[in-house]
Amino acid sequence: MYKNVLQSMTDVAIWPVISFIIFFAFFITLLVYVFLVDKKFIQYMKSLPMDDETPKSSTETVNHHV
Amino acid sequence: MEIEKFSYDNKIVKAFMIATVIFGLVGMLVGLTAAIQLFYPVFNFSDSPVGQFVSFGRIRPLHTNAIIFAFVGNAMFAGVYYSMQRLLKARMLSDTLSWIHFWGWQLIILAAAITLPLGITTSKEYAELEWPIDIAIALVWVVFGINMIGTIIKRRERHMYVAIWFYIATFVTVAVLHIVNSFEMPVSLFKSYSWYAGVQDALVQWWYGHNAVAFFLTTPFLGIMYYFLPKAANRPVYSYRLSIIHFWALIFIYIWAGPHHLLYSTLPDWAQSLGVVFSIMLIAPSWGGMLNGLMTLRGAWDRVREDAVLKFMVVAITAYGMATLEGPLLSLKNVNAIAHFTDWIVAHVHVGGLGWNGFLIFAVLYWTVPRMWNTKLYSSKLANIHFWLGTLGIIFYALPMYVSGVTQSLMWKEFNPEGFLVYKNFLETTVQILPLHGLRAMGGLLYFTGTVIMTYNLMKTAYAGSFIANEPAEAAPLAKNYVVKTGGWHYRLLEHKPLLFTVLALVAILIGGIIELVPTFLIKSNVPTIASVKPYTPLELQGRDIYIREGCVSCHSQLIRPFRSETERYGEYSKSGEFVYDHPFLWGSKRTGPDLHRIGGKYSNTWHYNHMLAPDAVSTGSIMPAYPWLFEQSIDKGSTGAKISALRTVGVPYPEGYEENANADLEKQAETIAASLKNDGIEVSSDTEIIAIIAYLQRLGTDIKAEKVAVNK
Repeated sequence: MYKNVLQSMTDVAIWPVISFIIFFAFFITLLVYVFLVDKKFIQYMKSLPMDDETPKSSTETVNHHV
Repeated sequence: MEIEKFSYDNKIVKAFMIATVIFGLVGMLVGLTAAIQLFYPVFNFSDSPVGQFVSFGRIRPLHTNAIIFAFVGNAMFAGVYYSMQRLLKARMLSDTLSWIHFWGWQLIILAAAITLPLGITTSKEYAELEWPIDIAIALVWVVFGINMIGTIIKRRERHMYVAIWFYIATFVTVAVLHIVNSFEMPVSLFKSYSWYAGVQDALVQWWYGHNAVAFFLTTPFLGIMYYFLPKAANRPVYSYRLSIIHFWALIFIYIWAGPHHLLYSTLPDWAQSLGVVFSIMLIAPSWGGMLNGLMTLRGAWDRVREDAVLKFMVVAITAYGMATLEGPLLSLKNVNAIAHFTDWIVAHVHVGGLGWNGFLIFAVLYWTVPRMWNTKLYSSKLANIHFWLGTLGIIFYALPMYVSGVTQSLMWKEFNPEGFLVYKNFLETTVQILPLHGLRAMGGLLYFTGTVIMTYNLMKTAYAGSFIANEPAEAAPLAKNYVVKTGGWHYRLLEHKPLLFTVLALVAILIGGIIELVPTFLIKSNVPTIASVKPYTPLELQGRDIYIREGCVSCHSQLIRPFRSETERYGEYSKSGEFVYDHPFLWGSKRTGPDLHRIGGKYSNTWHYNHMLAPDAVSTGSIMPAYPWLFEQSIDKGSTGAKISALRTVGVPYPEGYEENANADLEKQAETIAASLKNDGIEVSSDTEIIAIIAYLQRLGTDIKAEKVAVNK
């Protein structure tokens, strides 16, 4: 039985603690990272999709009629 | 730094978009057909020569595969190829790879469209395609990955926008899921057996199935949302910080939630609980993403009134929020006890499919086509009509399915004061919900009509404009020795290093996958064996393969949950040990008809014979299609030996050399069944397929009745 497997493990109580630490560390790191990140950098990243337009005036446009 | 001139490849985007629209129409039409078959069984065309290729069991996987992999898949590639080039300021790595990817994917779709109606299927949901196609999928996916990672490496924009993160996670995770779930032992070119059996197969399948929803239908479209929504709204995303949390939390948590598809099954309880807990946790990142999307429109809501693109996006994002709240609620055991196996789940996936994926795809098409053809949309009025038809379609689809699901479930569970089931005959619960199925088909028809209108509108738009095959662009290449000037290097670590990023994303999804799967495989006692459970006889095995071919699993579960309402109706609840020779498992996910796990011995051979020939004549009002071809086609005895050998390889204890005399046993058992039918006045050759399927059905669930259960505790 699964219960026996757990009983036969030494220091089985450490596993839930490790699991908790993994999750706690993952999300705390994420939050700390997100709150400390440079504001200018965030603004820059935010604007990435906004300034990828190609000027429509370009004469090099290759036009194909479909 | 010198500015480089280059161009974006619009031609590949155009190709994927055309494929999206064509396969969208096809997939929806097939779905509509399947919906109609459920209340007008005559549309199974059972008695016509094509009957066996278009019956519900074969049409249903065709619909799901067409929508997921052809419609949504092609749309994903179109969206990724369009946005990725522009976000990275680079043309795709190689045009050749792009086209290999495109044609490879279309060939896979073609192969699916041929093999599924032919009944060539593994029966594992959303992974039905047989092993040669699985290999082709893996190869084409790798081509896509090389093309994508290569483009990222040669990019001119140093920072990877969050959309690119979602694309990377999609590529990595789908690769892992597809490979692990596709381990199978080939019998022939068109037949294989899953490497895993029973409860293990179920766990791998739903780890795959759930994350296919997560990483094929969700993450790539979140990337697409984070790119196209700011473009369409003409304002940057509400909170980039929130999008970072959205990404990491989502991919870290999603991968754990698969077991919620197997609640009350024979999966170990700890794994079921794990699935529930992580499903509830998923609400946080999902709603973070939804709010981030909707808040991006702050100050632009006046434009939502006029702009069809924004309308579609608002409904898509709302549907994402609704489906990702509903999903966790459905994974609570008490809610799941009611909803599982019913139309409620069908409603749930269609809120996601029609609302989130469909509407986001329509928005992207309406937004990009005029730009790529350098013109204006032909008719915004038609686009608005499409929007309303689509929205009404979703409502007419989902509401009847919710009512139907709850109605049927409550009928299944209703006891009278004497303690007997009120609706002892399953068929009563089926007939009750047929009008709702009619309404659902009407919803589907509305949605399909909207898509036809969109197709017309987009074609008129394209004809009016002139296609920009190569859109010129210019940007400076990345500096070789880049020094971060502000903010500190560690804040930009991830956005600069695509390979490190890919590895971290892989680690995030592997942690959950490994913890979930490994114990069920390594700890033998997780699947208690039952001494009286024996491998299938050769005839039963052939019958089981016919059951798989006909897609019976689409409508019939083989899993009796430990509820009184189910043990009263079907018999003893299912045990893990009963499935140890089931390659693949056939638990199913929907009960359009009753569960079949304890069908063995319940009816006579003659009953099954007549029932398969004319279900409606045996059970008046039955919506099950007839299977007349089973009475004409012969059992494929040539394959028996190879099947026995293949199953022995994956662990079924057939004795060495048994493949040589398996057919002798097969014939002996077939003669017995034919003789019993003859006693009832039915003359039938013992070679016909109906004999095999009767043998299989009569075996189902009977092993533990043979002797007292000897559970290995």
